[in-house]
Amino acid sequence: MLIIDCEKCIGCGVCEAECAFGAISVQDGCAVVDDNCTLCGSCVESCEVEALLIEEGAVQVQADINDWSGIWVFAESRHGKIAEVSYELLGVGRKLANQRGVQLSAVLLGSGVTESAPTLIAAGADKIYLGDDSTLGQYREDIYGNVLEFLIKKEKPEVILAGATAIGRSFIPMVANNLGAGLTADCTGLAIRAEDGMLLQTRPAFGGNIMATIECPHTRPQMATVRPKVMQPLMPDLERQGEVVSLSIPDRLLESQVKVLENVLEEHNQVNIQEIEVLVAGGRGVESEKGFKLVKELADELGGAVAASRAAVDSGWIPYAHQVGQTGKTVCPKLYIACGISGAIQHAVGMQSAETIVAINRDKNAPIFNIASCGIVGDLFEIMPLLTKKIRENKAL
Amino acid sequence: MNIIVCIKQVPDAKDVRLDPKTNTLAREGVESIMNPFDRHALEEGVRLKETHGGQVTALSMGPPQAESVLREAISCGADQGVLVSDRAFAGADTWATSYTLRKAIEASGEFDLILCGKQAIDGDTAQVGPGLAGQMKLPFVTCVQKIRNLDDGIIQVERMMDDGFDVLELPVPALLTVVKDINDPRVPSLKGKMKAKKATIKILSAADIGAEEQCIGLAGSPTRVVNVFTPAPRGDRKMFTGSLEEQVDQLVDQLRSYL
Ligand SMILES: Cc1cc2nc3c(=O)[nH]c(=O)nc-3n(C[C@H](O)[C@H](O)[C@H](O)COP(=O)(O)OP(=O)(O)OC[C@H]3O[C@@H](n4cnc5c(N)ncnc54)[C@H](O)[C@@H]3O)c2cc1C
Ligand SMILES: Cc1cc2nc3c(=O)[nH]c(=O)nc-3n(C[C@H](O)[C@H](O)[C@H](O)COP(=O)(O)OP(=O)(O)OC[C@H]3O[C@@H](n4cnc5c(N)ncnc54)[C@H](O)[C@@H]3O)c2cc1C
Repeated sequence: MLIIDCEKCIGCGVCEAECAFGAISVQDGCAVVDDNCTLCGSCVESCEVEALLIEEGAVQVQADINDWSGIWVFAESRHGKIAEVSYELLGVGRKLANQRGVQLSAVLLGSGVTESAPTLIAAGADKIYLGDDSTLGQYREDIYGNVLEFLIKKEKPEVILAGATAIGRSFIPMVANNLGAGLTADCTGLAIRAEDGMLLQTRPAFGGNIMATIECPHTRPQMATVRPKVMQPLMPDLERQGEVVSLSIPDRLLESQVKVLENVLEEHNQVNIQEIEVLVAGGRGVESEKGFKLVKELADELGGAVAASRAAVDSGWIPYAHQVGQTGKTVCPKLYIACGISGAIQHAVGMQSAETIVAINRDKNAPIFNIASCGIVGDLFEIMPLLTKKIRENKAL
Repeated sequence: MNIIVCIKQVPDAKDVRLDPKTNTLAREGVESIMNPFDRHALEEGVRLKETHGGQVTALSMGPPQAESVLREAISCGADQGVLVSDRAFAGADTWATSYTLRKAIEASGEFDLILCGKQAIDGDTAQVGPGLAGQMKLPFVTCVQKIRNLDDGIIQVERMMDDGFDVLELPVPALLTVVKDINDPRVPSLKGKMKAKKATIKILSAADIGAEEQCIGLAGSPTRVVNVFTPAPRGDRKMFTGSLEEQVDQLVDQLRSYL
């Protein structure tokens, strides 16, 4: 609970300016807190007269907190193939491990994945915990959770990172829950605080409108899912040495209550727009399925893929798998070119963390220009073919 | 078939914006709504009830005002609403939220299925569903896009994956989190609205559900938000000038690193 001492409060309003949620305000000379306070503590730190205090109640610090050591990465694989995000996690994990002076390990579960273990070592791991078992060939929340939880309890790593993918975001929260561990979702930044070695985890929330830095001060392990395409993988080093530990997994951990009847791969889902670095997106302004040809040509020229607004999807010009936004996918490519998209908030929340946003729109007041890095006001039917042509020429140079 | 649907009250995304002057989330004019994903979870629960009989209970943890989303749930077909509300819950992270929902469910009697939304559009973690399943030791599946069948204690579902979908079977009681593709939620009927108006929402405190003090709110949360900030506005916006062709040239120049 946030306690406000009106004797001390001078009504200066510094806290009011500090609160990202607009939850505290000065009324009649003293700060007043609203019920949307998230107890993040920003105001407490900002208060120069120490009029604010967060009452925590009795917090228990885990007794063996200092016994936990080492950085772990859950190396996701599907149908025998390692997911790209696993290499990205090893990239950032390597940095964290060096800073902490500890080992970096990867947990690799699946069927027929033994061959892939060396690629994880080349990507930065010191040690691989390998669970190669036919039962693990089909991802199921319960057995993956059982095995990971069992390993964590045995080896006690201080940090566990997993991809913020369909798989990572489904079973990792259960594992964290069962361990009583803190878990930060969908992180885009990770760092070690020098003073105490704590993992600082930064993530967007409220559809990317705010960023929060989160830590787990009293418990271990510290767990995080990390957004794909944000961290940098290392250059593979085939000379790197590492150890592969083959797990002997007790049978009871592999008993699943979930039966997989079928895996359906969807043709149009083969290209996952969340994993692509360059996206060219079309909206209502593209006008037709034929118009999307222009979008596709530009995307092809840039080695990227096609995305779309809901208006374009609802008009039937392009399948739903390409939709970006609140009810579609959240993407954060290096480059996002929005063509004939107005930039409604429900679209923006899905793409505003892209590194570079280019807007092409004939309406100079379209909200998309507020979040764009650069833009051209004009008719997309003129601009796009010209842009495609010039890029082609430029590449030929 | 007794079904519990977990519903969170959230600020409406279309109103959520940064006040450019203060660089904080603007509060004025922001309406509180039912989390959009939870609307689909509710609809699915009501449809299952219509086919298999039973009761749908809408459950929420939140401030007293969250009562309104539970009334809305009743107007859309839920039989009753339960609100767990206590100042001591403030600052709960997903662990403490999952714990609190578990205690509330245990205090509310038998069930066959728990339905959650895939994620809440404010906290955005998608962790409460799987966390609650862990708390309750229930089999679970996330991102369900379709319930194909429910028969003889076995439920068959489609789980959306990054490359397509999986078809899975699991026994009930179970927990599912749902995505929006699962259905088109109905609008409340006039009769439903009348019922919602008259309904009494059960309100439970921390003591009522027997929650332990060290497991709820901030004290029960292993994570701590230590800093909240707004992303630096894009200060680098560049609008090109000149003829269209010149502008395109400048853009190509800008995009050089991606070629
Ligand atoms: C609950 C909810 C969820 C939603 N979820 C999503 C979501 O996930 N994703 C999403 O995208 N939307 C979503 N929407 C819809 C969203 O509010 C907008 O309606 C939608 O994004 C608009 O799409 P658009 O920008 O393509 O179309 P419009 O808003 O119609 O914009 C078209 C733009 O094209 C420009 N234009 C037209 N012709 C040309 C031309 N020849 N040359 C250049 N420019 C041209 C116009 O100036 C205009 O700015 C959601 C809405 C709701 C209520
Ligand atoms: C800026 C910010 C960042 C945060 N980051 C984290 C974080 O990284 N890790 C963390 O553990 N906590 C975090 N929290 C705390 C978290 O938002 C709360 O614990 C919240 O109560 C639940 O999380 P969520 O909103 O993400 O829900 P989600 O897990 O996304 O919700 C999924 C589903 O669970 C059900 N549900 C969720 N909340 C309720 C409820 N109150 N009542 C009924 N049903 C519910 C709904 O069916 C919902 O669709 C953060 C809070 C803030 C303000």
